[in-house]
Amino acid sequence: MNIITTKGLTKYYGDLKAVDNIDFEIAKGECFGFLGPNGAGKTTVMGIIYCFMPPSAGDVKVFGMDVNKNPGEIKARIGVMPQEDNLDPDFSVLENLIVYARYFDIPKKESSKTAWELLDFVELRQKADVNIKDLSGGMKRRLLLARALVNNPELLVLDEPTTGLDPHSRLSVWEKLRQLKSKGTTLILTTHYMEEAERLCDRVAIMDSGRIVAIDSPISLMKMHGGNLEDVYLKLTGRRLEA
Amino acid sequence: MRLKKAFRVWQRHLKVYTKLYKSSIALNFIEPILYLAALGLGLGGFVGEINGVPYIKFIAPGIIASSAMFAATYECTYGTYVRMIFQKTFDAILATPVNINDLIAGELMWGATKSLLYGTIILIVVSLFGLIDSSIIILAIPILFAAGLIFAEISLIFVAIVPGIDSFNYFYTLFMTPMFLFSGIFFPLDTLPPALTGIAFFTPLYHLVNICRAFSFGQPSTALPDILYLFTVVIILAPLPFRLMRKRVIK
Repeated sequence: MNIITTKGLTKYYGDLKAVDNIDFEIAKGECFGFLGPNGAGKTTVMGIIYCFMPPSAGDVKVFGMDVNKNPGEIKARIGVMPQEDNLDPDFSVLENLIVYARYFDIPKKESSKTAWELLDFVELRQKADVNIKDLSGGMKRRLLLARALVNNPELLVLDEPTTGLDPHSRLSVWEKLRQLKSKGTTLILTTHYMEEAERLCDRVAIMDSGRIVAIDSPISLMKMHGGNLEDVYLKLTGRRLEA
Repeated sequence: MRLKKAFRVWQRHLKVYTKLYKSSIALNFIEPILYLAALGLGLGGFVGEINGVPYIKFIAPGIIASSAMFAATYECTYGTYVRMIFQKTFDAILATPVNINDLIAGELMWGATKSLLYGTIILIVVSLFGLIDSSIIILAIPILFAAGLIFAEISLIFVAIVPGIDSFNYFYTLFMTPMFLFSGIFFPLDTLPPALTGIAFFTPLYHLVNICRAFSFGQPSTALPDILYLFTVVIILAPLPFRLMRKRVIK
């Protein structure tokens, strides 16, 4: 069963074509990666999937619903981990989760229980009352992941989940994502780390200048084009991924 | 716009406020009280009476009105801008079932709440100073909320079109300060050239000052046209912040 299908998805910002007529399908339980350099259109595709912005053209269905018609219903079932830290700086770690759960109309009693479970999951229970300012970059990332899970989403959208993290924190985030996948959560992520794509993703779409130049499993891509994923990328797009 | 979702946004702002108010609330008192003291006592010594009313009593209701006005505008210019651009709070909220209309409605409601809150605090303070004759002034409190909506709407319209946070200087210097000075708080407008009086008549603050003054002298019925004016403006302006902020936030 497909959780996402797009046909002819196109997005303009003014005259700039950020996403150019792309088609893809993502199955339930899959971990799907968008691979490409900055400006390839990955974040835009994400934003359209979680109904932050409408497509300029094309047909985009999430959970079988049109993103233009049922954004509220779709968003209620998605968790979003953004590229940038947009945690509430005036709230503690725990408060960030509780306040966020309110936007989903989750009652306090329930959200409080979920919040503590999530803090355990991302190993931040000790930091529950700490101010956001006093968290390290890795901790903020883990809290953003926990916040994306407050509504127990079926689909998790992760925009560069480990960019800027040290290797240890990166491994820790990967481990969490694997656990979520084994629980059956569908994951979509963008990355410009080859290793992240190879390790986590069942399939990747390689994007360049708003187009998808290849979609397949990392292994098939490497077999078909030779070398590692980095070489495949270079061969398909004529450029290197800057990490 | 769905009230329940807008209320979620309002709740967030209230929660932030309850954490931070201790460090800022005193400042919000000081300025209006300074105006009241410097002009009411200082200038009042020379002016004596206006329309048979001691000068300090003449300006006190206007200070309630201007406090309410500045509370909503600060909140919905700097406050909203910081949430939108620097903290990216809007991005976080819009990834949930809350949509842009709910979010803007929440901003407006919160701005109006600040008007209500700060206007009421000053109302209590000037009443304690014995500067208000009639307890009918209490009925002005809901009107402070309605007027706050107008100031929040105007502020959000401005937020939607400014290139950067420095542009708010224009808003305050060219719009807010003149409105504050020429809205009838400090002197009756009939002393001005008719052209200026005409401009003042279109500003929401002028009408809010009239209302506060009429209520504090126990003559609410004379303010009916002003009340009508304010409620009409709330409704006329309402579509603009929604439309313009959507354009700004949703690419």
